[in-house]
Amino acid sequence: MSKFPKAALFVGAGAGIAATAGLAITLADRFVTPMPATAPTIAFQIPGGGAPAAEVIPAATEVAEQAGLAEPADVPQAGAAASAPEAPVMKMAAAQGLTDSRLGLGRPALEAEIAAWDVDILPDGTGLPEGSGDVWTGEEVFAEQCAACHGDFAEGVGNWPTLAGGWDTLDRKDPVKTVGSYWPYLSTVWDYVHRSMPFGAAQTLSDDEVYAITAYILYSNDIVDEDFTLSHENFLEVEMPNAAGFIVDDRAEAEYAQWRAEPCMENCKDSVEITMRATVLDVTPDQAGAAEDPPAVEKATVEETEAVEEAEAVVPAALDAELVAAGERVFRKCKSCHQVGEGAKNRTGPALNGIVGHPAGAIDGFSYSKALKQAGEDGLIWTEEDLKAFLAKPRDYLQGTKMSFSGLRKEADQAAVVEYLKSFAEE
Amino acid sequence: MSDILKSSRRAFLRGSVAAAAGAVTAGAARAATPDPLITEVQDWASGLGQGVDEVPYGLPIEFESDVIRRNVEWLTADTISSINFTPIHALDGTITPQGCAFERHHSGAIELKKEDYRLMINGLVDRPLVFTYADLERFPRENHVYFCECAANTGMEWAGAQLNGAQFTHGMIHNMEYTGVPLRSLLNEAGLSGETAGKWVYVEGADASSNGRSIPLEKALDDVLVAFKANGEALRKEHGYPVRLVVPGWEGNMWIKWLRRIEVLDQPVESREETSKYTDTLADGTSRKWTWVMDAKSVITSPSPQMPITHGPGPLVVTGMAWTGHGRITRVDVSRDGGKSWETARLSQEGGNKALVRFYLDTDWDGGEMLLQARAMDETGYVQPTKSQLRDVRGENSIYHNNCIQTWHVKSNGVAENVEVS
Ligand code: HEC
Ligand code: HEC
Repeated sequence: MSKFPKAALFVGAGAGIAATAGLAITLADRFVTPMPATAPTIAFQIPGGGAPAAEVIPAATEVAEQAGLAEPADVPQAGAAASAPEAPVMKMAAAQGLTDSRLGLGRPALEAEIAAWDVDILPDGTGLPEGSGDVWTGEEVFAEQCAACHGDFAEGVGNWPTLAGGWDTLDRKDPVKTVGSYWPYLSTVWDYVHRSMPFGAAQTLSDDEVYAITAYILYSNDIVDEDFTLSHENFLEVEMPNAAGFIVDDRAEAEYAQWRAEPCMENCKDSVEITMRATVLDVTPDQAGAAEDPPAVEKATVEETEAVEEAEAVVPAALDAELVAAGERVFRKCKSCHQVGEGAKNRTGPALNGIVGHPAGAIDGFSYSKALKQAGEDGLIWTEEDLKAFLAKPRDYLQGTKMSFSGLRKEADQAAVVEYLKSFAEE
Repeated sequence: MSDILKSSRRAFLRGSVAAAAGAVTAGAARAATPDPLITEVQDWASGLGQGVDEVPYGLPIEFESDVIRRNVEWLTADTISSINFTPIHALDGTITPQGCAFERHHSGAIELKKEDYRLMINGLVDRPLVFTYADLERFPRENHVYFCECAANTGMEWAGAQLNGAQFTHGMIHNMEYTGVPLRSLLNEAGLSGETAGKWVYVEGADASSNGRSIPLEKALDDVLVAFKANGEALRKEHGYPVRLVVPGWEGNMWIKWLRRIEVLDQPVESREETSKYTDTLADGTSRKWTWVMDAKSVITSPSPQMPITHGPGPLVVTGMAWTGHGRITRVDVSRDGGKSWETARLSQEGGNKALVRFYLDTDWDGGEMLLQARAMDETGYVQPTKSQLRDVRGENSIYHNNCIQTWHVKSNGVAENVEVS
């Protein structure tokens, strides 16, 4: 939201909270260990109503200075004081010193720091940067960056979230909750896509791309037409279909009122029948085993055979163990789509056992893009060099690949992950 | 893993249960021949054990290697945005060891060094501040035991009995002793002016999901803790090392891990985690939002599907745990006949504030079938509801906040199954 605190208070949102939060306060811990006398207990009483505009905490300023972060004069004077003249503030602080309960810890946050981290977008549009994007651009970016998991039309792939459709399902069994059928605020879409997607490469989209993707998601949900352009200016005009679909927690009235009662102890019902059994469904994971850790007894035999197989298969030229370890870390960027190692399966991307030296686009059972399949048929073999080049910028290396991954910028990361992949032979 | 291996594992499991059931009669019998474990000198009584320092940081002994967190693969698309379950069936007491406390990540467990850690407070404060980890250690700190329950705990059971094990039906919970600084101390340091009512804090993590949530300022100033230790040692990576938020009694999703920013606002952000998720759809299609408090709940952890009775009739310890986001558990009742009649269990210690309590029913089992249930009551007089009571109010489309009474069908061979009863 805003880069600077606002002085005016907006109280409207509070109605529903009072019940719950109030309750929590009355039930506050009775066994609190006494805190030191200097420690603040109930902070909101301390600054009082007409809080001093801003005090500069000497210790904090010192820290900032030492860290070479800013001249004291550059330190943003917070709060209502943003507009207050600098000098009197400094003087006031000097005169007052610290209030008893403040310890003078921490240092002032700099404007650039707040701008970097405070990226939330509020329902009323506060925080939206200037910019715009249209449905068509959004479709392109979505196809490149999102469709591998969310489907070309945002309809979701496998277990990945569905972003479109589901109208009129909320009051049925197994409602389909999507941006169109469920989300009450458009700000949430912008905020979430901007800070957290694509999965595994968050915070790589430009503001205009986020506008465009948001427009495309709206279009996929039939909320806007195909020639729609979304911008910071018309953002609040978009009506979300389920905006009125939410009520504030009403358990206090709907539930607690009935369920705070003396319970029955004897003859509480005439008969008891079993109406459903979990074992009929049989969806419980294997109790004793799961792949991670079978019980010791069996494990011995499993490990023996595997060890033998591995010893035969994995005799690659000596690997650089440190590089392999570094590569394992880099591989976290890939894990959202690829598995490697024992029992690796094809997921969003193909399983990568034995990929180094393997023909491209040829892992069994994976459905590749035309581009990668063709490259393989044309004789592309994943040598270390080719892999590094591919991983540096997948879509530049191979136009039309469906690997939605922006690339590994650092050569060290490319080398490390390739070394790591070399440590897994084909199963 | 191959199917053959899987099925052999199942057979192994079944075998062990059958063997246990077979032992039923022998259990109480007098020994006919001397027990070689007693009469013969065992290796461990003659040779030497492991020296100190062989395992600088100890792990459970190998015989306990099945007491681990487990994942239900079909629940999520991958393990990075996913959840696993605390092996509550095999634990006792109240404190959950960190190493087996459930994990829930939205973009994986990140590795963030203390030296790289920064916590920002901004928004409607007098002085936006940045704290380092070392700064946090200089504030007066407190210790509290609190439970942390994912709002989705027992969520798979809304429509009917699904998962056969307390770990899977109720394992999205842990209970730890936290060391940390009250959030109010940090807010005070930044300076709050004006009214508290109607204001919010928005809290977010340093990971890619950020998992931001809006919390009313009243709660933030009440008992929310900025924690850096759990059970006496540093938080584990998977629980937000080096610093996480502890929001006592409220749903686990609000306990932001890798806490990086706290913003004071005059309205909620309505982030993805408080709109698309963590809202509760009722039968008519409207959805409740801001359902933060976790209502009173209990579950019998043994006997349970993963903990069959292996000793035959006679003395039996029925045990389980109970908790409430409204304060303290005051009583737990147990039924063996599916809720027709109830007896009050023994609480092993006084219920702590927003902390797990352990209960025991020390009883005599006649070897007959049982429909075991537990029912918790808290200090507000709230009684844990049955599944049908919940469904009457909410319908069957909710995911979160299922705190219904759980039933285990214990058969005469001691095997237990997750069932639903009328
Ligand atoms: C590698 C797979 C992957 C890719 C690529 C990806 N996402 Fe996601 N997306 C996910 C996962 C997983 C989640 C759920 C994350 C969680 O559980 O917190 C998600 C969640 C979402 C949600 C919220 C869904 C809901 O119902 O709450 C939106 C919106 C979204 N993604 C949009 C996008 C957009 C836009 C892109 C492209 C810029 C994108 N995603 C790329 C995997 C992916
Ligand atoms: C968003 C999902 C995603 C991410 C993240 C991702 N990949 Fe991929 N990857 C894919 C898909 C999908 C393909 C298949 C591409 C095609 O068919 O064009 C692929 C293909 C590949 C291939 C070629 C496989 C073959 O059989 O020819 C390699 C090698 C590879 N990825 C390695 C990596 C590495 C290493 C990383 C991490 C640095 C990574 N990928 C990150 C989805 C992903």
